[in-house]
Formats: sequence, C-alpha cells, structure tokens
Amino acid sequence: MTPPGRRRGGPRAIVGVFLGYAILVFFALVFLYPFVIQAASSFKTEADAAAHPLSPVPDPFTTAAFAKIFDSTAFPVWIGNSILVTLLITAGRVFLDSLAGYALARLSFRGRGAVTAMIVAVMAVPGVVLLIPKFLVLNQLGIYNTYAALVLPLLVDAAGVFIMRQFFLSVPPSLEEAARMDGAGVFRTYWSVILPMARPALITLTILSFQASWNEFPHTVVAVQSPQLFTLPRGIANLVSGSLGAGTQYPLKLGAALLATIPVAIIFVIFQRYFVRGAAEGGSKE
Amino acid sequence: MAEPRRRSGIRGNEAAAGWLFVAPAVLILGLFLVLPIGMALWVSVSGWNGQGSPFAAGVPYVGADNYAELFLDDGLTRENFMISLRNNLYYVAVAVPAQTLLALALALVVNQRFLKATSFFRTAFYFPSVTSSVAISVVFLFLFANSGAVNALLAMVGISGPAWFADPRGLLHLILDGLGLVDLTAPPAALTGGGPFGLSWWEWLAGPSVAMSTIIMLVVWTTSGTFMLIFLAALQDVPVQVEEASLIDGANAWQRVRHVTLPMVKPALFLVITLGLIGTWQVFDQIYVMSQGKPANTTLTPAYLSYRTAFTDFSYGTGAAISFVLFLIIVVMTLLQRWIMRDRDEPRPRRRWWPRRRSTP
Repeated sequence: MTPPGRRRGGPRAIVGVFLGYAILVFFALVFLYPFVIQAASSFKTEADAAAHPLSPVPDPFTTAAFAKIFDSTAFPVWIGNSILVTLLITAGRVFLDSLAGYALARLSFRGRGAVTAMIVAVMAVPGVVLLIPKFLVLNQLGIYNTYAALVLPLLVDAAGVFIMRQFFLSVPPSLEEAARMDGAGVFRTYWSVILPMARPALITLTILSFQASWNEFPHTVVAVQSPQLFTLPRGIANLVSGSLGAGTQYPLKLGAALLATIPVAIIFVIFQRYFVRGAAEGGSKE
Repeated sequence: MAEPRRRSGIRGNEAAAGWLFVAPAVLILGLFLVLPIGMALWVSVSGWNGQGSPFAAGVPYVGADNYAELFLDDGLTRENFMISLRNNLYYVAVAVPAQTLLALALALVVNQRFLKATSFFRTAFYFPSVTSSVAISVVFLFLFANSGAVNALLAMVGISGPAWFADPRGLLHLILDGLGLVDLTAPPAALTGGGPFGLSWWEWLAGPSVAMSTIIMLVVWTTSGTFMLIFLAALQDVPVQVEEASLIDGANAWQRVRHVTLPMVKPALFLVITLGLIGTWQVFDQIYVMSQGKPANTTLTPAYLSYRTAFTDFSYGTGAAISFVLFLIIVVMTLLQRWIMRDRDEPRPRRRWWPRRRSTP
C-alpha cells in the first residue's frame, strides 16, 4: 500500500512490506500446507497419522500405505483406465475442438450461425443437471458401463470449440488465402498452414483437456458401474465412501489421493502460464 | 477434398468442408448434451422406474405429478427436497461472499508492486483450483477428522473442536443459542409449529450445519485461487497513471482502494459473484465423497438429491424433476452472468445499471 518510488525505506514502507509478506506467507501456508500434510501422512503409520496430524515428518517413515494401495486395492486398474481415458479424450478434444473452431471462425457455410449459437447455448448448460439425462442416453444407446460411455460423451467440449474459434478469429486471413490461391484444399490449408500457427492455443487446449479429463468425476458416476471400468477419481471416491471406507486407513486414502494429484501437479508446474491463460479466457468453466 | 480446383469451386468446397469440420462436434454435443435434455424432460413427466426403456409402451405419463411431489404434496420427497434447497441456500449465502472477498483480498495483496516473488504466491494460491475435487475431498476428510489437523490446531489454542462431519447442528441455531435468544434443546413453539413447504420455521432458520461448513471451507479454499486470477487480470488493467494521480492528490491507501481500485474491478467483481452463484448450486463431488448428505440430511443438496433419488431410490421421474428445477435456478444465474458479460464486453453503454461512480473527492 506504499507508493512505489516514494518514501522507499521509510518506517511506514517497512511496515507495509512486512504486513504484505505476513499475509502472503500466511495464505501460502493455508493453501499449500494441506498438501504437505497429505504427502507426509501417506508415509506415516496409521497410529502416527492419527496422533500427529499436523506433523510434516513421518515418524516412523513407512511405505506400507503405498504397498497396500497397489496390493489390496484395484489401484493399478484405475490408473490404467485413467491414462487410457485421458489420452483418448485429450486427443479427441484437441483435434475435434480445433477443427470445429476453425470452421466456425473461417469457413462460410449455411447454418454456421446456428451451430455457433448451439455451442454457446451448450456451454451454459450446467454439467450437474445432466447426470440423469446422460445416463438415460447411454442406457438407450446400449453403451452404459463400457469404455465408450466413459470417453464418447466427453470427446468434444463446447468451451474448447469456443476457445479455438476465438483464437482463429484473431489470426489474419492473409496466410491461408495465399495457401488456397496456390491450390491447397481446405483441409490441407488447415492442417499444414493454420494449425502450426495455432500452437499456443493448442497447448492451452491440451492442458485444459488433460486436467479436466484426468480429474473428471461426476460423469464416471453415471457412465459406468463395474469396478473394472473405474478411473482414479471414481476408484478413490469408492475407496473413501464405500464399504471399504469403513475404518480410518488415512495413510492409504491420502496416498491414493496423492498419486492421483501428482500428474496434474507436474503439468501445472511446467505449464503454469497456460493454466492461467485458460482461467482468464474460459472464465465460465469451473 | 485436397484436390486443387479452379477458383470458382472454392466456395462450394468450403461449404462442404465446413459441415464436415463441425460434424463430429455437432454430433457428439447433440447426442450427449441436447438429446438427453429432451429425454430427461420426458422422464420427469413419466413414472419410469428404471426398468427397460423409458420410451417403451408401458411407461405411464404422469403429467406434473413428479413436480407436484416436490412442491405441493406433503411427504418425505418434499421434505427432503426442501431441506436440500435450504442447505444449498445457506451454502450459497456463505460460500459466495467468502470466496469473493478472499479472492479480492489475495489479488490486491499479490498485485502490490513493492512486494517481490508474488508470482510464487499467485501460483500457490491457484494450485488447489487445478487439482481433483475427489482427491481434495479426501484431504479435507483427514484435516477435519476428529483427531485431524484442524482440531489439533484448535487444541493448541485451548479449543476443543467439534466432531465436524458428525455434527448436524445449524450454525444459526448455535449462534442464537449462544446469544441466549433460544434454547437448542427446547426450541420455541412459535417456530416449530409450522412453516412454508412442510418445513417448520425453526428448520428453515437452522443455517448451514457444522458438517456443511467444512464443505463450504473446502469450496472457498479451492475456488478463490481461480477468482483471484480474474481479479488480478482486472487489476492489471488499472492504468498506472490513475494510481499515480490519486497519490498526487494525497489519497490514502484505503481511499485509493475504495475510490480507484474497486470501481475499476467492478465488472470482474460481478463476474466472480455470478460464476460463484452458478458454481455453488452445482456442488456434487464433495458431497458424494465426504458426506453423502449426512448427518441428518444437513449436507444434502439438490444436485446430490437428484442423483440419489434416481440411482439409489430408482425414482427416475422425481430425480429428473429435481434436475430441471435445479436447471432453472442455474439458468437464471447464468442469464444474469451473460447480461453482465455483455455489459463488460461492450464498453459504451456500461455502468447503466449499477450506481454511477461518484468523482473522487
């Protein structure tokens, strides 16, 4: 709250700086220390986790929880499913969203306005009220409780189409016009001239799709019911709230949740600015 | 498609390519988002019990019965629905102001130019927003466990913490009791006697339960990082000259926040509030993982209730009806947001509907 450049080093400035850092450090602890507790507790014994919940140091240090996660739960299956589903959805979204976004921004065809309006309208539909409807359609199509049910409905997302459309609208049309004059077809122009220029937008879309599909939970609740088809969030939710959740077993549960968090955490640290851009652009997505 | 053509063919080619390009998106969104809404609308006026297809010949049309059950008919269905609405109303009333104020405060501090390393703190505050809601819920279950970190912290300052997830007492009841206005064990007969929609006034006035307040804290914790970024983007648009001018005019720190910064972030403020209103009506994951509506239905929300009604009680019609009521609530919030966003995108007619900013003294 101190004017920059003026009175620097005065007593009020020092108080301001001190207060500023005190607030920042306090909230950094509030936002990050739960993760420290989580990581530490997953290496604790059950008794230690219950007796010293605040301690960041496991005493004694043990990997028993992780051994148990891999031996006595279906964790490996969940991870496999999560990786498969995430890869398919991310690839589908990046390809199909950008394809549709490009057409809506650049190609003139009858019904373009209607399709754009549909995309915008669909973006406004709250996901949680679609739980029963989605189940109904999956059931009707006969794909309930299959991999197709996990992947197909999420293969395109309206917000991604919209982000790509906005991006392509901002690209000057001169380049593709040149390519088209040279006789390149629409798809070739798109594939070898436009897409390479869209790298930043594509990276943003990839990151957002990865994060959304890796973390996706409510959709899996209405799409599948066999434990063989559970993804990580669904498996962990079952571990915690189902019959297995009886008793505490906190090191085990926290360890499982930690393993589910690590991939997104790594991507977040590396591609932070793309996350920030995504949050600023797609403000309407949670 | 990639065949070179004469120039006259390009337009026709483009129309075909356009449809081909949008076809997968239209197909998937139509099949899994638009069509299901129509199907659910039918189910919400049917008596389908989950057996076979809801479109089979034997499924009865029941008109508005499922909706009447929610609002008019005295019974358990209405009671649960009204309890879920009450819970979510209190949840919204606490969570939205809390996350908005926290996000704004964090953004104001992170935006201070005299502080270094703010990008680290910005990252730290934002990190919880990108992690899995299920994983975070597990962490909070542990933090708020009876022998968890929060109660350990409270014990340090001599407070014996509650059994968070087992405590159905309403905060408003506790406050009124603490003030000596009412007695929790013997609530006033005037309030318990009756009330709208089958819930007594006493129940309507419970406030969020202790269990619900842990979920509120969780959600505030995970959303304020994202909202902070929205505020930061707005704050960075405040021209340096404006700030300097107010400095030269001798405005103090509070006056600058009040008369310079706040008016500039007003559009962002409205955006964050409406996004919050939309998001808080959709709380589902956390309830599913942490409480399943317990204790004593005090963490039941319409979203979770619709799921439970359909998938564990097999009353698909009632479940779908709850979804549509919730849909209506959220659509109203979304329209509000659209309206605000439009105002924000087109700078010309802005500030029509909120109080005109008084010129700084």
